[in-house]
Amino acid sequence: MSARLLVQTLRNPTSLPADCDWTGLIAAARAEQLVGSLAFRLEGRKVPERVERLLAMHRADAGRVRVQALWEAEMARRALAPIGIPVVLLKGTAFHAAGLEAAQGRNVGDLDILVPRDSLGEVERALIAHGWERMKEADGYDDLYYRQWMHELPPLIHRERDRMADVHHTILPLTARPKPDAAALIAASIALPDGLRMLSPEDMIVHAAAHLIADGDMAGGLRNLWDIDRLLREFSRVDGFWPRLRERAGRHGLGPAVERAVRLAHDLYATPIPPSWRRWSAMDAPFKRRLLARNGWGQPTRPVTRFGFYVRGHLMRMPPMMLVRHLVTKARAKPDQSVSSTPISSE
Amino acid sequence: MRHGVNLAVGPLSFRVGSAWPGPVAALRHLYAGYPGCETADFTVRLEPVTPWRRWVRPSVAIQGDYVLPDAAPLPLAHGLVAAEMGMNLQMALGERRYLLLHAASVEKDGRALILTGESGAGKSTLAAWLGEHGWRFMGDEFALLEPETGLLFPFPRAVSLKNESIAAMAAFVAGDRFGPRLEGTPKGTIRHIRPNDQAVARMTEPARPALILFPRFGHAAEIRPVGPAEAFMRLTQASTNYVALGQRGFDALTGLVQNCRALALDYPDGAKAAELIELIWAEAAR
Amino acid sequence: MAGPLYIADAEGLRTVVLEGLAVLFHPRSGQTHIVAPPAPEILDALGEGATDLDGLVARLSERFEFDSNEGRPAIAARLGELETAGLVRRS
Repeated sequence: MSARLLVQTLRNPTSLPADCDWTGLIAAARAEQLVGSLAFRLEGRKVPERVERLLAMHRADAGRVRVQALWEAEMARRALAPIGIPVVLLKGTAFHAAGLEAAQGRNVGDLDILVPRDSLGEVERALIAHGWERMKEADGYDDLYYRQWMHELPPLIHRERDRMADVHHTILPLTARPKPDAAALIAASIALPDGLRMLSPEDMIVHAAAHLIADGDMAGGLRNLWDIDRLLREFSRVDGFWPRLRERAGRHGLGPAVERAVRLAHDLYATPIPPSWRRWSAMDAPFKRRLLARNGWGQPTRPVTRFGFYVRGHLMRMPPMMLVRHLVTKARAKPDQSVSSTPISSE
Repeated sequence: MRHGVNLAVGPLSFRVGSAWPGPVAALRHLYAGYPGCETADFTVRLEPVTPWRRWVRPSVAIQGDYVLPDAAPLPLAHGLVAAEMGMNLQMALGERRYLLLHAASVEKDGRALILTGESGAGKSTLAAWLGEHGWRFMGDEFALLEPETGLLFPFPRAVSLKNESIAAMAAFVAGDRFGPRLEGTPKGTIRHIRPNDQAVARMTEPARPALILFPRFGHAAEIRPVGPAEAFMRLTQASTNYVALGQRGFDALTGLVQNCRALALDYPDGAKAAELIELIWAEAAR
Repeated sequence: MAGPLYIADAEGLRTVVLEGLAVLFHPRSGQTHIVAPPAPEILDALGEGATDLDGLVARLSERFEFDSNEGRPAIAARLGELETAGLVRRS
């Protein structure tokens, strides 16, 4: 089980087995989007020369990832500055912009930002005026679905830089049971030197936990949990962090999700946590099994566990009748995805 | 994975796993004499699209460290093509040490000739032909430029010959160097050739780039100079990782076009191209 | 002065001139741009500090011989391209 080897190595890079399956470790790390973090964890350790060449390549590439992520944020800042609303960076981009330890080797795909819900239209228009485009024509079921039920606009892509932007107005889909207080997220956000903002430390953990536990099928879970480990280690150095985190999680209706994420981080990555957070829960075991479902070829394993989490991911985001409607619509749309059943009106 | 093989090609190495024995056996035969490797740089997986497609109308999905979400699966009979495409994909999406040029290259006296152009320009066939006529074959798909040294590293994978080129090469390449004839692939009929012993034995030995050619097949013979700005633009388009290399890529490529002459070469047939290349080379190498 | 103020965002810019075209590497964005004159000259002139279009035309006309009425549209067009590329921003 190479996910286990990956977790062990990230947790304790001195504990490498003598007959380490390097190819398997690296394949699992790439599949879990953790190869940059792994490369930094193993920096300066004694590893075979060919492996060192690979790890050095991934460390160097992390610099490029950082430049690209910060540039997308800066271009969005320039586009949105005239509107004069708070723009909060989320996830990896925020880690890099704030120079957090979690940023080390952290891959960033899309630009994720959070803006007030009543500015969504204005934000979308400003981004489109600055070269971002809708991925698909704005009609049909998917677009309607996004606008009615999701916590973000349909994704935008920049026509020259080919990078995606996700504009969120809250951190969980509107159909999910917990209802995070989006206004409070923005109110407590912290200004970065260039005028962009990031979530408060406690809200950043709440968001990461929401993403890991309460949203979706746990794809990319090991990386999300690694984020949580790094963030907790850094933020908990400030007095009073843990009670504030509990209070904040409760306020967003995400107390159980945050507690589970903290326990899993402690269990897998040995994150130091206070005794009051170490409650035992029978349901942690399947989460852990799902997180470790990856072999040394980089292949997903444990299909039954995965499918369980896939269904769960959908149930958590949607009430059951909506789920049925969604799955049926998706299944029907499949044969000719490229052709829309309704004529496309280009305003 | 049930079946697998490790392969070193040039300075890079691959682990190819497969759910079926066929593609791995074909790789082992085609790459006979290539070194293996202890740790692979990249992993390729050839998997059934769905579990039952391992048995029923077997269909090979190209998976690995890096994947394209919309890569079309291939029938099992084309498993070798899938393996080659999988290795290409890992290079194109994952490699960051070398600047990758989608180009063929050959070497003489320690100096490299780079042949680049769109598919169908004939660079594979030209490089394969030159490789049997006094040049060392370095690769027909990717040339690896090392930014720190400006040296070109070989990537002598099996040459993929298409349609008419197959018969043309059969005239001077021994039969045991040919792979199976693969009909009806996305690129038409394909047959692979194992590079010759010299190309394999010297596969980690770099060369200094001396000349860049942009060949174009099927036109009256003509040679035109290509200015450094145009060469730069065409090479950025011929590179899969230019942007990802950032300043290293910029320095490598501006350096290459400033130090190396570039010419466009139109040619009606292989014999004429070879003749012109020898002429140009004699002048460039002076 | 009227109109927005522009400032160059070209720290660490690497420039290689190939056949009269400037190939630029912009470290902050990681992007390469190929620009024609007078784009490099505009970046240079903006390096002195923020100014608007009129100020920029004035700075350039001190250094180069051209009719500022005729040159102005070309300068405005290059300035717009540089802003889209992110090499120039409004201050």
